[in-house]
Amino acid sequence: MEATHALASGTSSLLVWLIALPALGATILLLAGRRSDKWGHLLATGLSGASFVVGVVELFKMLSRDGESRGVAQHLFTWINAGSFRVEAGLLLDQLSICFVLLITGVGTLIHVYSIAYMEHDHDRRRFFSYLNLFIAAMLLLVLGDSFLNLYVGWEGVGLASYLLIGFWNQKPAYATAAKKAFVVNRIGDMGLSFAIMIAFTAFGTVSFQGVADHAGPDHKQVMTWMGLALLLAAAGKSAQFPLQSWLGDAMAGPTPVSALIHAATMVTAGVYLITRSNFVFDSAPTAQLMVVIVGVVTLLFGALIGTAKDDIKKALAASTMSQIGYMVLAAGLGPAGYAFAIMHLLTHGFFKASMFLGAGSVMHGMNDEVDMRKFGRLRVAMPITYLTFGLGYLAIIGVPPFSGFFSKDKIIEAAFNAGGARGWIIGLAALLGAAITAFYMTRVMVMTFFGQKRWADDAHPHESPKLMTAPIIILSVGSIAAGALFAFGSSLQQWLEPVVARGFVEGEPALPPIIVSIMALVAVALGVALAYVKYVRVPVEAVAPANVSIWTRFARRDLLQDAFNEAVFMRPGQYLTRALSFFDRKVVDGAVNGTGALFGGLSVRVRRVQTGYVRTYALLILFGAALVLAAMLAARI
Amino acid sequence: MNPNNYLVLSALLFSIGAIGVVLRRNAIVVFMCVELMLNAANLAFVTFARLLGNLDGQVVAFFTMVVAACEVVVGLAIIVTIFRSRRSASVDDANLLKY
Repeated sequence: MEATHALASGTSSLLVWLIALPALGATILLLAGRRSDKWGHLLATGLSGASFVVGVVELFKMLSRDGESRGVAQHLFTWINAGSFRVEAGLLLDQLSICFVLLITGVGTLIHVYSIAYMEHDHDRRRFFSYLNLFIAAMLLLVLGDSFLNLYVGWEGVGLASYLLIGFWNQKPAYATAAKKAFVVNRIGDMGLSFAIMIAFTAFGTVSFQGVADHAGPDHKQVMTWMGLALLLAAAGKSAQFPLQSWLGDAMAGPTPVSALIHAATMVTAGVYLITRSNFVFDSAPTAQLMVVIVGVVTLLFGALIGTAKDDIKKALAASTMSQIGYMVLAAGLGPAGYAFAIMHLLTHGFFKASMFLGAGSVMHGMNDEVDMRKFGRLRVAMPITYLTFGLGYLAIIGVPPFSGFFSKDKIIEAAFNAGGARGWIIGLAALLGAAITAFYMTRVMVMTFFGQKRWADDAHPHESPKLMTAPIIILSVGSIAAGALFAFGSSLQQWLEPVVARGFVEGEPALPPIIVSIMALVAVALGVALAYVKYVRVPVEAVAPANVSIWTRFARRDLLQDAFNEAVFMRPGQYLTRALSFFDRKVVDGAVNGTGALFGGLSVRVRRVQTGYVRTYALLILFGAALVLAAMLAARI
Repeated sequence: MNPNNYLVLSALLFSIGAIGVVLRRNAIVVFMCVELMLNAANLAFVTFARLLGNLDGQVVAFFTMVVAACEVVVGLAIIVTIFRSRRSASVDDANLLKY
């Protein structure tokens, strides 16, 4: 990497508006309270859309410049100025951030529109929209910050928005607990990010991306390794990667638009952004990179296996999100060869997974908020638009050409095989296996929801959702059809991102011809679909989840015992520790203080008996005292 | 005359006064014993003044007399008041101020 390379060469005064508009919306809606109930959702949607327009303007300005000088920055103010340590609050918009800005504001605005109808009957719709705007603002700050510390502010902001939105229906204790769980698990990841910032500050005295990038290279291998591991922990927390993935399934307690926007398309991919943005750190630390790959591979299989056993449509999609982000993390761990593919998969996934989640929301909307797929079946008749769009998303995610998932996932599998040697084969085959399982569980979701026999509850009258809901899904479906080909054609996204993530990188000779990899991937997908066909189309789906299932199914239903593990290893010992500490505090610390008090109290009870009230006793004591003093004085004289 | 005799007398008077204060119950008698002790001290002061040939001791004796006079005024007033309310002049009866 060129140490002198600047991330940004120009400036733009528009950047702050990207964040300020939705932040303004959140502020107005929260301060105006119930008075804005009537127009709050329109304002929030409008401001989110305005932010998208600013993003598009910036994109065109960026396109008018050539490769190396596309990045722009905006200096806002000096945030911290302490001796030699300065942190500037500044924004940075380069080829990488613009992808995220457009994804966040674009998909975000569509989901705002969708939510107008989805949340129509909710008493607190305005509050919901203010949180959505808060999320958009925080997420934009996350991807626009020009230093780790600025990113951290956005990072915490999206955590807060996620917490508020998961627990949006916090009148149900289970939902409030889910929100708390997400917050606590995220906090562990946040600790990783703060460690990374501290390491950067201690080692280099700066926390800006540019400042740390200037120190990248083999000279600081050890520092970069530690920093990389801390960043990986942060990414694992935010992106629900192994071993911090347990919160994502429960996060489905939030309203479905939230699941689509935050827990599928944008926030959970922040970890991938962090790794890609910190490419200079990971490129100087092969050990950290290997860990990233391992985490990615483990999660992509872990999530896929959980997905095979879930009957709750949202939880099945959440498991799938986990698994797909595993692919992105895997790609990001492959270094300059993979960053572009990680981002490509992230963007296509943003489209098809958001459209599928919104489709799931549409199904729930028509089925009295039922989420159990065993109570669905044959919905393609009742909900043709939802069925079609969901079907397009399904074809995209399992990777059928020419839908978007095919291009992005295929590239990742290819890059995995190209990692070289036995390592390349292991992660390549794992990625192929993941693709097969993905095809299996997504076919299962598709079949259980839209095909087969009616298994509806008696009072269910499924109907197609209003246009305000179907329109955003249709637009996202178009994205999930076209995005992949658009990004992959002529390696356009790869070349677009090259100045940021892969400067001077030359692709090596591929281990396998790309066409062979594509065929292998398609065979894996076909096998997965075939297995699902045998299990769920040939055999009718039961309306109640069968109880006598294999131990593996039981494992998968219980999220592969992740919660049990966390409870046994972290929660219970943690409880015992706090109990022991509180016992120590009560008995030893408080005991010492109270004991001292009791000692002197008891002593004084005895000593005060001297005060008898008899004057003659006092006189006698005074006499003795005087005699004593005299004797002492005489003794001193002699 | 040998000044030692005055000092012995002073010591005797002081001891008698002290023993009286500790042993007697009647407040008036205790009071008189206190006066005895003060006068014993005065005698010792005057004796030493004579012995050493300066006036310091005699001056202190005057001060003691003045203080003793004040003390009598206040002390007798207290004793009379207590006697009026409790019908007793015994110091052992006035023992309410205790732990």
